Amino acid sequence: MLTAVTLLTGLSLALAAVLIATSRLLPDREDDAVARIERVLPRIQCAQCGFPGCRPYAEAIVAGHADINRCPPGGDTTIRALAELLGRDPQPLDASLGHASMDRVARIDETLCIGCNLCARACPVDAIVGIPQTMHTVLARYCTGCELCLPPCPVDCIELVPRHA
Amino acid sequence: MLELTPDRRLTGGIRLLAHKAQSTTEPILRGLVPPELVIGLHQHAGESAVPIVEVGQRVAKGEPIAVPGPGVSAGVHASSSGRVRAIEERLIPTGARLRNALCVVIDTDGEDFPYRGATSSAWPTDRAAQLDLVRRAGIAGLGGAAFPTAAKLEGVAGRCKALIVNGAECEPYISCDDMLMREFPEEIVLGVIRMADLVDAPLAIIVIERDKPQAIDAIRRAALAAGDPRLRLAEVPTIYPAGGERQLIELLTGEEVPSGTYPNAIGYVCQNVGTAYALQRLASSGEPVTSRIVTVTGLGVATPRNVEVPIGTPIGWLIEQCGGYRDDVVRLIHGGSMMGYALPSDELPVTKATSCILAATDDEIRVDFDEWACIRCGECGAACPARLQPQELVVAATARDFDDLEALGLDDCIECGCCDVVCPSHIVLTERFRSAKRALAQHLRKQALSSEAEARHKRRERRREAAVEDTRAAQEALKAQLRADEERRRAIEEAVERAKRRKRGNVEP
Repeated sequence: MLTAVTLLTGLSLALAAVLIATSRLLPDREDDAVARIERVLPRIQCAQCGFPGCRPYAEAIVAGHADINRCPPGGDTTIRALAELLGRDPQPLDASLGHASMDRVARIDETLCIGCNLCARACPVDAIVGIPQTMHTVLARYCTGCELCLPPCPVDCIELVPRHA
Repeated sequence: MLELTPDRRLTGGIRLLAHKAQSTTEPILRGLVPPELVIGLHQHAGESAVPIVEVGQRVAKGEPIAVPGPGVSAGVHASSSGRVRAIEERLIPTGARLRNALCVVIDTDGEDFPYRGATSSAWPTDRAAQLDLVRRAGIAGLGGAAFPTAAKLEGVAGRCKALIVNGAECEPYISCDDMLMREFPEEIVLGVIRMADLVDAPLAIIVIERDKPQAIDAIRRAALAAGDPRLRLAEVPTIYPAGGERQLIELLTGEEVPSGTYPNAIGYVCQNVGTAYALQRLASSGEPVTSRIVTVTGLGVATPRNVEVPIGTPIGWLIEQCGGYRDDVVRLIHGGSMMGYALPSDELPVTKATSCILAATDDEIRVDFDEWACIRCGECGAACPARLQPQELVVAATARDFDDLEALGLDDCIECGCCDVVCPSHIVLTERFRSAKRALAQHLRKQALSSEAEARHKRRERRREAAVEDTRAAQEALKAQLRADEERRRAIEEAVERAKRRKRGNVEP
């Protein structure tokens, strides 16, 4: 009797220790899901989904706070990929959100730019260069078309143009 | 001169009716000058040429009207003398598709007055100068893709195992290379020798399909007369698409061009016989590319034949020179019946990529069959010269499953159309692969942009965190400094206080 109680108690304690250790050491499953969702998103940080970036949006999807149709630059491709990943039904893009597209790049009208540097500070991928008080320019190769540089510009000298292949 | 008869067989491929005899009965028609020329400045992959003429300017035949742009590009020249009427965007046919490109429109004066400008006619001796001349003279692959020749030669110069000169002309209906080899074998062979000199090739193999005995004979005689020990003549069986450059290299050497690379990766370069002829004309008399041989054929044209046509000639005018259309013509095809594509209008101009204009009747084109379900017969896989499995590719292409398309090797598809021909269910395969290729390329570009954006965003986040950390550290340091200053001030005050007390009382030490 005593042997059995000791054995079972010891065994459950030992297994509990193993479980606690693995859950501490191995990455969190929820984080894993977030990372996998983030992988399908365009990761250009345009924030048009209403969250401050792609990772926060992925976290919101996992937490059940956001739908899978809130990514304008990803479009149907991203919605289909998310639907497949999460086992949900694809749905049309939420049209109220914006129209960022990776097929376009920002271009600064150099005759109007006053060199305020606000766009460069807003760019999430450091694709705008320029010294304050001088003309700024967009590095088209790195620009993702996220449109985040548009609102801060005080002279509205940035427009989006088609990306050359 | 050694004659090669490769004992290897082409992977896949099919036998097709050649339909070439109808356009080879007449000699090449030469000396035509159309009333109007529409010369495209972007006739190939790579960058557009940059125009250097103005509207209203008079130009002579062979005068440069555009210089090569940055990167892979080729110069463009006036194909006849006249006055520039406009410089505007127009639709032009290129190797694989139609494209909107800047064009120089010239009203010709009919005099074909030659340019006597600054171009030196002497063929330079050093390689860089030769390549520069080839680039400026606008020499491009005249087999049908019009890829700038200088870029192709430069990619292999100095480490070339063999120069392969393509006179196979496996595509049905096209006979422009055949006629060129029959009528100008000496020039072609001299051009081949110059090309071999340029890339420093130990071997120069001229490849011709067995169904062109007169061309083989003419080239053999010219090569024997030239007496260059590097020259080889290879006769290959008439199987479509033996004339594809990857197929030719495999057939001749047994080596396979690795997926995702070009022949220069394994030390080979393929050039069309027409390109060798153009190079010889440039080297011997300083002539840039202002014309090419075009096969005008099909049951829909009165007199099928080959014509030497100034680049920019409107296709409708060219058809008129061959007796005009017959009543039962239904479609105009740019290129041959396998890899060509339909033209929306005969107002489009000839480009360096125009090897053939096929005026087809109902008997010659595939009528629109109903597509039946795939019966998994595997004929398409057996016919594929690139060793792909079209029946699996088409499923992935329809579903736009990019991972599968990449894994199945979509990019290795040469769009030859063999699978379409053998499919008993009439499934449209090549057309789907073409559009899937474009979609896949776009998808991969977006993926690359996403990864790059993610990496740059992370670097920016780290930098901002580091900046915040720096500010905090600086603030801490300042606070510590202020505390230290305060303590020192207090210590001094206390010392002063003590000294005052000592003076006053003089009791304590």
